[in-house]
Amino acid sequence: MSMQLVATNGGGEQLSLRGVSKRFVVKGKDVLALQNINVEILPGEFVSIIGTSGCGKSTLLRIVAGLENASEGVVELNGRKLDGPGRDRGLVFQEHRLLPWLTVWDNIAFAFSDASTQEARELIRAHIELVGLTGFEKAYPHQLSGGMAQRASIARALVKRPQAMLFDEPFGALDALTRIQLQQEILRIWQTERTTMILVTHDIDEAIYLADRVLILSNRPGTLKKVVSIDLPRPRQRSSLDFARLRKAIYREFFAEEETLVDYTI
Amino acid sequence: MMSKVSALEITRPQMAGSESSHANSLQAVRLLAWRNALARFGDSRLSRTLQYVVLPLSLLALWEFLCRTSLVPAVSLPSPIVVASTLWQLVREGHLSVHIYVSLVRVMQGFSVAALLGLILGVAVGISTTVARITDLIVQLFRPIPPIAWIPLAILWFGIGEASKVYIIFLGAFFPIVINVIDGIRQTDNRFVELANVLEVSRWKFIRRIVLPGALPSIMTGMRVGIGQAWACVVAAELIAAEQGVGYIIVDGRELCQPDVVIAGMISIGVIGKLMDVALKFLEVRLVPWKLHYNGE
Repeated sequence: MSMQLVATNGGGEQLSLRGVSKRFVVKGKDVLALQNINVEILPGEFVSIIGTSGCGKSTLLRIVAGLENASEGVVELNGRKLDGPGRDRGLVFQEHRLLPWLTVWDNIAFAFSDASTQEARELIRAHIELVGLTGFEKAYPHQLSGGMAQRASIARALVKRPQAMLFDEPFGALDALTRIQLQQEILRIWQTERTTMILVTHDIDEAIYLADRVLILSNRPGTLKKVVSIDLPRPRQRSSLDFARLRKAIYREFFAEEETLVDYTI
Repeated sequence: MMSKVSALEITRPQMAGSESSHANSLQAVRLLAWRNALARFGDSRLSRTLQYVVLPLSLLALWEFLCRTSLVPAVSLPSPIVVASTLWQLVREGHLSVHIYVSLVRVMQGFSVAALLGLILGVAVGISTTVARITDLIVQLFRPIPPIAWIPLAILWFGIGEASKVYIIFLGAFFPIVINVIDGIRQTDNRFVELANVLEVSRWKFIRRIVLPGALPSIMTGMRVGIGQAWACVVAAELIAAEQGVGYIIVDGRELCQPDVVIAGMISIGVIGKLMDVALKFLEVRLVPWKLHYNGE
């Protein structure tokens, strides 16, 4: 099954952000949310964006998704300038955002303009299997747990075979155990599909565990403060010494030096 | 839950053990048993049915009492027993079913047209700000005019036949439906609008799969208010040269100074209105299974 998915997949594509800024007008005042963001995200790369709440990390992702326009700068996918949403990018929201009046199957089928074709049906079936929801096709969202609903929404974003997957704090509302489980699922999907992945999070552990690179945004206006490469071998051990060292390094970017992190590993 | 608590409570006095406290504990056990029985009764079906009818029955008793003691003269308020016998007579002679049937047909005609046009106009206004601007002033100006004020014009335009009566009923049902449909559509969750943008769904699919299902609870509320208004307008409609209908019973009773007949007609409208509301509520639960209703405590 997964072999077939790999075969039909074009693989990830290169995503470039050049001089991206975003201004909002709040109560007649000009507020600079993002300032001059420059990033190159390689095909098939997994990048986490981390920052405190209100730093503009979600806005940055929404610009890439095409839900917001950059005030300045451009976003390019494989050299093509992006303008508005498109099927080449799949977005997973913070909450599952499943339509309550549709079943799991119909919610995932919602991504297709014509879901009755043999090809669409096969893709829907395969993606339900990929996220481990086989047997729940006919369930309604209110009958699912939070984790299952988020799995369904991941399948919905994946089913049109996007070249880049965008995650906007997708596990923030889930309990710790479900979150870890879904992080592993995301890794598994990434490893089979080799899609370019961008994950916005405020969870340092999550960022390190998943990403090849962690982008740290500063607060108001959001600028690219630091890029941390995560060279740990996969599968990664959250309790390893190297993991803790990286966690400490990123932690220091947010909190003053004297507030030393309690180190659980030693 | 209840029985678990009682089991714990019962064992506690027995553990005290001593002879002197025996009588006390026995009493406590009896008291608890009573309290449990009372609590069980409070949750029982019988108790809930009683709660449902206790107020109407009390009012009925009060009404009968007022009539028996002649505190209220029979010419202005006949006793419930008199009204019941009049109602029974109307039923037995087969008049009531004919009157109800005639009114029901009128209500269903007026309501169907109101529901259809109300849905079409409501969706158009809800989706298009242009249509909203074009129609807003007219809708807001016409809405406060009571259907009864239309009677003279209705007679001039449609004569004294069925059409004018259906028109009055239509007017009563139309506005609540339109207003609720518009409201429901305007409350479309912005998060689902974003989802539609991200998934690039077509406009028609967006309306059919996101806007309309989302507005359905509000649309059903509009239908329920609308059918209530339709029944409220039946009397006004049947003021126009009617020879049959529940409204006609009331008009006829008034002219012949028979308050018992008037009340019998009023009761008929109330009962049918309630039955229709129950039917629509049933339909709503079927159509909107995803909505978790707050049913009170």
